[in-house]
Amino acid sequence: MTAFLDVRDLKVHFPTDDGLVKSVDGLSFQLEKGQTLGIVGESGSGKSVTSLAVMGLHTAGQYGKRKARISGEIWLDGTELLAADPDHVRRLRGREMAMIFQDPLSALHPYYTIGKQIVEAYRIHHDVGAKAARRRAVEMLDRVGIPQPDKRVDSYPHEFSGGMRQRAMIAMSLVNNPELLIADEPTTALDVTVQAQILDLIRDLQREFGSAVVIITHDLGVVAELADDILVMYGGRCVERGPADELFHEPRHPYTWGLLGSMPRLDRDQQERLIPVKGSPPSLINRPSGCAFNPRCPYADVPKDDVTRTVRPELTEVGGRHWAACHMSAEQQKRIWAEEIAPKL
Amino acid sequence: MLAYLIRRLFAAAVMLVVIIMVVFCIFFLVPEWAGVDIASSFVGKQADPAAVAAVREKLGLSDPIFVQVWEFFKGIFAGRTYAAGGEVTHCAAPCFGYSFRSEQAVWPVLTDRLPVTLGLALGAAVLWVVVGVAAGVLSALKRGSLWDRGAMVVALAGVSLPIYFTGLLSLAVFAFGLKWLDAQYVPLEQSFTGWLGGMILPWITLAFLYAAMYARITRATMLEVLGEDYIRTARAKGLREHTVVGKHAMRSTMTPLLTMLGMDLGALIGGAILTESTFNLPGLGRAILDATRNQDLPIVLGVTLITSLAVLLANLAVDVLYAVIDPRVRLA
Amino acid sequence: MVTTQRIPGRRKQTLAAAAVTAALLTTAACGDDKEDAAGYDAANNKVLNASTKKGGELKFAGSQDADSWDTTRGYYGFAWNFMRYYSRQLLSYKTEPGKAGAELTPDLATNAGKISNNGKTYTFELRDKITWEDGKPITSKDIKYGIERQWAQDVLSGGPVYLKDVLDPDGEYPGPYKDKSADRLGLKSIETPDDKTIVFHLPRANSDFAQMLATPSASPVRQDKDTKSKYALKPFSSGPYKFASYAPGKSLKLVRNTKWASASDPIRRAYPDTISAKFFANANDMDQRLINGDFHLDLNQTGPSPQGRTTALKQHKGNLDNPLTSYIRYAVFPRSVPPFDNIHCRKAVIHGADHVSLQNARGGPLAGGDIATNMLPPSVPGAEGQKYDPYGIAGAAGKKGNVEKAKEELKACGRPNGFRTTIAVRNNKQVEVATAESLQASLKKIGIRAEIDQYDGAQTAGIVGSPANVKKKKYGIVIDGWAPDFGTVQGFGLPLWSSKYILQSGNNNFALIKDKSIDGLFDSYVKELDEGGQARIAKEINHKVMEGAYYLPFTFEKFLNWRSPKLTNAYTTDGYSGMYDFVNLGLKNAS
Repeated sequence: MTAFLDVRDLKVHFPTDDGLVKSVDGLSFQLEKGQTLGIVGESGSGKSVTSLAVMGLHTAGQYGKRKARISGEIWLDGTELLAADPDHVRRLRGREMAMIFQDPLSALHPYYTIGKQIVEAYRIHHDVGAKAARRRAVEMLDRVGIPQPDKRVDSYPHEFSGGMRQRAMIAMSLVNNPELLIADEPTTALDVTVQAQILDLIRDLQREFGSAVVIITHDLGVVAELADDILVMYGGRCVERGPADELFHEPRHPYTWGLLGSMPRLDRDQQERLIPVKGSPPSLINRPSGCAFNPRCPYADVPKDDVTRTVRPELTEVGGRHWAACHMSAEQQKRIWAEEIAPKL
Repeated sequence: MLAYLIRRLFAAAVMLVVIIMVVFCIFFLVPEWAGVDIASSFVGKQADPAAVAAVREKLGLSDPIFVQVWEFFKGIFAGRTYAAGGEVTHCAAPCFGYSFRSEQAVWPVLTDRLPVTLGLALGAAVLWVVVGVAAGVLSALKRGSLWDRGAMVVALAGVSLPIYFTGLLSLAVFAFGLKWLDAQYVPLEQSFTGWLGGMILPWITLAFLYAAMYARITRATMLEVLGEDYIRTARAKGLREHTVVGKHAMRSTMTPLLTMLGMDLGALIGGAILTESTFNLPGLGRAILDATRNQDLPIVLGVTLITSLAVLLANLAVDVLYAVIDPRVRLA
Repeated sequence: MVTTQRIPGRRKQTLAAAAVTAALLTTAACGDDKEDAAGYDAANNKVLNASTKKGGELKFAGSQDADSWDTTRGYYGFAWNFMRYYSRQLLSYKTEPGKAGAELTPDLATNAGKISNNGKTYTFELRDKITWEDGKPITSKDIKYGIERQWAQDVLSGGPVYLKDVLDPDGEYPGPYKDKSADRLGLKSIETPDDKTIVFHLPRANSDFAQMLATPSASPVRQDKDTKSKYALKPFSSGPYKFASYAPGKSLKLVRNTKWASASDPIRRAYPDTISAKFFANANDMDQRLINGDFHLDLNQTGPSPQGRTTALKQHKGNLDNPLTSYIRYAVFPRSVPPFDNIHCRKAVIHGADHVSLQNARGGPLAGGDIATNMLPPSVPGAEGQKYDPYGIAGAAGKKGNVEKAKEELKACGRPNGFRTTIAVRNNKQVEVATAESLQASLKKIGIRAEIDQYDGAQTAGIVGSPANVKKKKYGIVIDGWAPDFGTVQGFGLPLWSSKYILQSGNNNFALIKDKSIDGLFDSYVKELDEGGQARIAKEINHKVMEGAYYLPFTFEKFLNWRSPKLTNAYTTDGYSGMYDFVNLGLKNAS
């Protein structure tokens, strides 16, 4: 038995003139229908590449460039996608699995009306007439909360506000009732007030349609209330994974601490943030030996024998369904979290 | 939209007047600065001053420039009357005057020659758009492949080789060497196949240059567009690749091409001088070339007016089409 | 006559392209029907393929249209030659090769005319059955009207005005369009007592008057068919062919004038059914089409472009003739620009120039011509050709430039170390510029540093034709060329050498020669009715001009002319400066 979405040891490597870019380097996770998974990480951590790989879009816009090397398994509802016929995967795209992108302005074609773009998405998978498809588009726009949908359906993307565009994008993604919805930074390009509305919308729709949802973000705050599970990625690998409550309550990995520390909090002054993640993301070509996070980790010296610099930590279960990849012992993790980190958050 | 069109057409009319005045100024002032009397080139070898003066009077060269400009435009809309040396001629509107050299009315010359140039420009345009865009799209889709490199080398050659070289070469090979076609211009109304036989080489030669440019631009634009987010969205919808490229990517790639096409067509209608000369096509380009050499002002003015009009209309068409293609552009 | 040159300004740029193309053309042209090529120079001063076969379309190709096909207004040499197809004159040139082709013979007139009153009265009787293209007879009044049109310079500018100057030297007649008399035949010096008789009263005798009557500008024009300035678009024919269609700069087609009676015309044989001309902008293309046989001959009669010349010489030499034209190419020294006011400085340049290099710059012996040693074209009566060489130009010692003599002259001029000057040359002809550069190089050797100033060739009349401008710009040397309008010393030299022809604009006496003895010789020439006497005076004028050292002659011009092997009755004639005589050309096969 596999989970509804079951990713196993996924590797996505891009050959370049400078060397092999290991964007995703051995990632596994599972997601059931009706569940929401939040994938969190900074840019370059491999979270977007992961989502594109699931969609079969990792080679998109790569004409003539060297093809990405991809290995592992991606099971969706009992079908393995990587080995499947590309045209079969194409037919699943948009119907079984759909995606919402970060910037709805650039993700929508500027020359076509919103309606046309939704109709197109619908008709490619449904053998219906233009009128029926248009009715469906209006219905979807109405569902995502766009006022006067029968009029706005003929508007162009540039005539919408940012939030409206993202609603339209969501309407387009959900027009075929997909089982899996991947939202890649769905709120990053939006105003703070609009962000909450969009997140609410996604949650409502998920409940209504019962889809599996993957939300990809660099901001733990986005998924705090939405996700059932959270997966933290760093340098193309998972560094911590677990139920959202557990992860927020007792995070084990110093990088997760950093992310928590970077969360914008309305109740505190930004100046007080104590655990920013210093330094820059690791090279994906020449990965630091040992723990990829060690050059930036304030606690790299806590484990003995230089182990953080020589041995790559494996994901180990640190609690019920809670996994982390850190050389520190469970006691050390708990102590530092409780004594040094948590009080400052 | 209508208000926009009216305003643009009005601006175009003003522009035309300015262009004509500039042509007048170049024609009259430049020789004057050089201390040269235009009229003296219209009399024979034994030019006595009285004859020169009479010619100057006849050609209307002694009037102030603004009077000449006024007469010129009056002639177009209301016709004008020429009176010189006891000869009175009325020239009905649209009157572009009479050639200084051959004495034929300019308007029939223009209407006779415009179809040749139009046929050349439009025929070549169809060819270069089809070939250039197809080659550019293929190159973009197969970037780095042997095809792409080959096509881009050919395109570079096309862009850098002068028309009179490729033109002479094509004549030497196809007309004189292989004798596949005669390559002499035959008017369309005389014989369709003859016309085709005369136009094919000029079309190919001209299209080669432009197809090369269009292929390069298409390739670059297509590559840029294929990297756009909305192309990824189109794929994410489950669209077939040929729809993604042929519809979504092409639509965006078309925009800069359309602008270019409008400008190029407009310019070609006035400026296919080299092609027309190489292949002896009796079009507007050759007319203005000969007229410039012969100091034949009325022909120069007529061709300039027609071609400026063509350029302005082409630009207007581009603007309107642009608004049709790209909804973000508003004509106001 | 004005001969046109057809090397376009873009030549430099096309040269590289042309080189490649020429190579391709060369291979392309191989194995073509070398249809019994008659041989090199086979039609030069002799008749080739004499035949009376009629029919076919004689096809001309030209790179330039005529300045005007109106007989009053045309001045280009090839146009005069061509005009005989559709216009007749009282007298015309004999249709014979070489020198004989420059001799006059009666055309509309029954005989050479009766000259009386000390050469001041000419009386001609007209032939019978001479008709216009509508069948009406050509009358003496039509001839008078045709000549009168020369007076309407304001409407009909561009053509020669010899008859106007001779018949009305004071310019009293206002021209036919302003003529107050009812029949518009108010010119007093021409009388038409009846339709068959015409009498010319010259205020002063002119021994070349018959020559002037043979120019197309003396053709009859019928008043009711005179479209004035539009006449060039469709002249009303008095000859064997009439205009069928004409699109200026594009094409021209003449068809048979069925009303023309062969019996009335001693000159024209009218072999082809149709005469057509097509105009080309691309000289290479045109040359190739001539060689291919698409056309029969070059309308402009200026010879192929350098590339076409190479191909033709290599592979079809048997289809080429190399006639001598009546052109002389030369440099002239405006005496208003020091130090050319001093004869020794002028002589220094003549001696210092490398004449062989100048000949090569002009295209070498074939396309350039023979080295010219004096200023009278060899075809003009009284000319001595290279036999008269006062400066040893073609001699072994002087051919490559005589530096020693040049330095002597410089010393005599008071400029032993040379001087600076400016060479003026028209910019629209590559060969002219090359000539200037050659002269510049040889003058450097004797210490004369010359700058080259290229001027707009279309503006000749206002630039080098204006003595004031020449003086202002300090043009010490002007590169130019000249051919006679009719083959006499007057037709060639009067505008160049007579003090009466110094004009403020459109001047051709560039040297500003004011020599009473030369003026006097011209005066006695126009009164001299004896041919031997005329030749003697011509020779004397030539010597006077050369002794004055006003000119550095370059070449007696020659050119290579393409002749289709299909042509019959092909021959070159001195009547038209070494061109083929168009009027009696025929075709071997009518198809």
